[in-house]
Amino acid sequence: MAKSTIAETGEKPHTLLGADELILNMGPQHPSTHGVLRVKLKLDGERVIGSECMIGYLHRGVEKIAENRSYQQFAPYVDRMDYVAAVSNGLGYCEAVEKLLVVEAPPRAKVIRTILTELQRIASHLLWLGTHALDIGALTPVFYCFREREEILKIFEKYCGARLTTHAFRIGGLQYEAYDTLEKDVERFCKAFESRITQYEDLLTQNRIWLGRTKGVGILKPAEAIALGATGPVLRGSGVKWDIRKAMPYAAYDQYKFEIPTGTTGDTYDRYLVRMEEMRQSRLICLQAIENIPAGPIMAKVGKVLKPPPGEVYHSIEAPKGELGYYVVSDGTVQPYRVRIRPPSFVNLESFDSMVRGHLVADVVAIIGTLDIVLGEVDR
Amino acid sequence: MQAVIQATLDFLKAYWAPLLCGLVIVAVLPLIAGYIVLVERKLMADMQARLGPMRVGPHGLLQPIADAVKLLIKEDIIPEDADKLVFWLAPVLSVGAALLSLAGLAIGPAFQVAKGINIGILFVVGVSAMGIYGIVLGGWASNSHYSLMGALRSSAQLVSYETAAGMALVSGLLFAGTLNVTSIVEAQRDQGIWFGLLAPVAFFTYLVASIAETNRAPFDLPEAESELVAGYMTEYSGFRWALYFLGEYTNMIVVASVATTLFLGGWLRPFPNTHWLNFLDFFPALMMFLIGVYCVMRAPKQPAKVQTLFMLAVAGLCFVLAFILVAPLLIPIAKPSLAAAVKPFADGILGSFWFLLKVSVYLYFFMWLRFTIPRYRFDQLMRLGWHFLIPLSIINVLVMGIAMIVGSYLHLAGGWLLLVTIPASVLALIVALYILSLEQKSAATEQARAASDSYAG
Amino acid sequence: MLDSVIFYFFAGLAVISAILTVTRRNAVHSAIFLITALLATAGIFLQLRAEFLFIVQIILYVGGIMVLFVFVIMLVNLDLAVRQMQFARQKWVALLISLALAAQVGVMLWSTGKLPGQGLPVSQAISADKLPMNSEAVAHSLFSSYLLPFEIASVLLLVAMIGAVVMAKKRT
Repeated sequence: MAKSTIAETGEKPHTLLGADELILNMGPQHPSTHGVLRVKLKLDGERVIGSECMIGYLHRGVEKIAENRSYQQFAPYVDRMDYVAAVSNGLGYCEAVEKLLVVEAPPRAKVIRTILTELQRIASHLLWLGTHALDIGALTPVFYCFREREEILKIFEKYCGARLTTHAFRIGGLQYEAYDTLEKDVERFCKAFESRITQYEDLLTQNRIWLGRTKGVGILKPAEAIALGATGPVLRGSGVKWDIRKAMPYAAYDQYKFEIPTGTTGDTYDRYLVRMEEMRQSRLICLQAIENIPAGPIMAKVGKVLKPPPGEVYHSIEAPKGELGYYVVSDGTVQPYRVRIRPPSFVNLESFDSMVRGHLVADVVAIIGTLDIVLGEVDR
Repeated sequence: MQAVIQATLDFLKAYWAPLLCGLVIVAVLPLIAGYIVLVERKLMADMQARLGPMRVGPHGLLQPIADAVKLLIKEDIIPEDADKLVFWLAPVLSVGAALLSLAGLAIGPAFQVAKGINIGILFVVGVSAMGIYGIVLGGWASNSHYSLMGALRSSAQLVSYETAAGMALVSGLLFAGTLNVTSIVEAQRDQGIWFGLLAPVAFFTYLVASIAETNRAPFDLPEAESELVAGYMTEYSGFRWALYFLGEYTNMIVVASVATTLFLGGWLRPFPNTHWLNFLDFFPALMMFLIGVYCVMRAPKQPAKVQTLFMLAVAGLCFVLAFILVAPLLIPIAKPSLAAAVKPFADGILGSFWFLLKVSVYLYFFMWLRFTIPRYRFDQLMRLGWHFLIPLSIINVLVMGIAMIVGSYLHLAGGWLLLVTIPASVLALIVALYILSLEQKSAATEQARAASDSYAG
Repeated sequence: MLDSVIFYFFAGLAVISAILTVTRRNAVHSAIFLITALLATAGIFLQLRAEFLFIVQIILYVGGIMVLFVFVIMLVNLDLAVRQMQFARQKWVALLISLALAAQVGVMLWSTGKLPGQGLPVSQAISADKLPMNSEAVAHSLFSSYLLPFEIASVLLLVAMIGAVVMAKKRT
């Protein structure tokens, strides 16, 4: 089912009357593309009849760098991919290498990892909500979301010293012990957060204009979503109940009770509802986790120099944006032979073309927003 | 030569008051528009849990002056192939139309440039409609496809909502019986009820249409930053952009003033005819006094000395205003002989205050709406205008006319007219909503057909 | 005296704008000068205390019809037309006809100028409060003496609107 790209059909000159097709370039620098994404839209009047995403403006050669760093040295680099949700990136990488080394992080480390990752999920979704609402024209939710995100970043700062590129986890466990008031801080945050989510929902969920801008926009049918490889809220918004935390549990997720929200029609509104509910579920996971953090060591017995036996492993986690996978190939030396990262935003971005066809130019911004992409991840 | 000087002096003698009002408007309005922008930023910040401009001057009070200076000294960039004459003309038209329409408005019983003009409200509406040229020509002169698209969309939106706004005004004018601005307010005083209460649907329609007229959220797609077409203002920088901005905020003041005059009782205080509520006349002075007291109380708590002094200065200004507002009321009590001489001053000053208060409430509502709700997509915007507001306003004129005839048959007047106008308004709303639902059904089937065309995996 | 100054200002503006309208190459410039000419005419109406006519001229002509003109000019790609010299061969015929027309109008003005009561507006106009109320007078006559033409004009406009909508609808 090959649809020709715009490059193949050639660019026709445009006239103002729109009788011919118009190629519109949403340049790499644009307030709403959430990074340096270039989108070429083929328009018929105001309707989009084709699109092409041109990526690579933020390519930094991360995977090549991995071949020349030791396993521990590479860990800070993964934070910079999805810089909005650095903690999850770290979790995926550390767990992948731990699988290679055939070690398991101690239970205490697993629980603290879960708490921090779930807080990061909430923070990532908050940023998504703020910027998505801002693109659609609601000027206020972004400030409220950042107010909450500030609390989470303060917790991260107290824990590992950094807010954004945290490098919170180590291969084999954690480096830092949970600080004294971690449970209290998380509990205070979670207790206050419920009313805050209600605040965002009051502003947006039943708002006629919000519904008009998001309902029926960017529909992705379930079969389409699976065929395109979409994961995360994009997949769940289309009604497919697939979450790696439940399907192939990692860290301490099998110990906690939580729901997987799914949508029905696969439009932008459903994805919005799915992410709002995910924030609530993350909050519940955090509350369950802090009640019972097991005592014990935080680091497994791994040597100072890591030389995993030759072999390969693919480990994926449910990052806030979807399935984040690490395919690590070891050749027995201190440096990995190959690290291939499967970024969720990169694969989700493929669905953009099918989601945007037939919509108006003003919906393009909403659809890019609902995919929740981070260019650092897409380009690596 | 002598005749020329004589003619000029005659002219000045006859028309000194309107000329003075005009001069005041032209001199003061840019400053006022600047401070309305500051109020909007502070209000936006308050609703977004932050503080807003705080650095320039105490609590950011000198921010508009800093912005004006910055815009004045900025480099004047003109796109290469732009049409220089039209590029220069467009912002001038925008601001000119807005300022000229202010001339037809009466801010108090005594403050009007085009005094006693027979076509009052129509003048304001008609001249402010000329602002469309500022937008269209601005977009065209920028020699950029995106600016032109944005300009055409913006002007299409303006033209569509003008019809609805005009019809809404007609519904209100049915009760006034005249276009003259002063007579409209006097009619509201004679009938003892604001026309916004008598014709709520008309007021609501005018409210929504005026938001679209001034390109404010949620109807600000043509000038939104996150949209593809960045709008007609893209290529304008520096002072030209400031002129557009000034024109937009002046337009806001104009539509707020028109709505206040026709629907909110103009410069009348609430319940102008009830004598036992005459103590409400002291409300303006009391309000300014309390604001002054608040400033005095907060002054010692300021972090810097210059801010304390500034707070005290603001407090002093409030007290002076309070004194000005209360003096015309107290003099007749102290010296009854001067009552007749002081009355026009009392009416004028207090009337201006009430008028400006109502305009401020209307503008507050504009700003509140901007920060709360997302923005409409352009086709949804046009659908709302053509499929809901225009039918609603036209049907409203019809039913209001019928209600008035029934009312005059039953010899109802003033507040009693509510008995006929409220059912009429409800009827108009029901019919308009029905028409909208018909359209939505056909739009839904169209969308379903379009959605099924996209390629299915 | 002030009246003559105002009249000459508006009249001169109208004439100059009209000349500029037909002599500009750029269509948008032409449109702008046409707008100026219409505004000047409206100014003359205002000077004659025909306030309603003044504002109707502005709302309908300047604010409606000219906006439509400007839209069409901007949507149609006129680069080609601007570069062509249109109607080059009809220059001399046009000159001849306009001279004849000017002569006719001049003779007419000169002969009517000799009739009593003609000429420039009076320098002592009646004060505003002694004139009949403009909008009320127009409305009164529209709905009493001229009711039938009014209704016929409305039906005509309705027919035109329906025709325009039907023609503009996309064939689905």
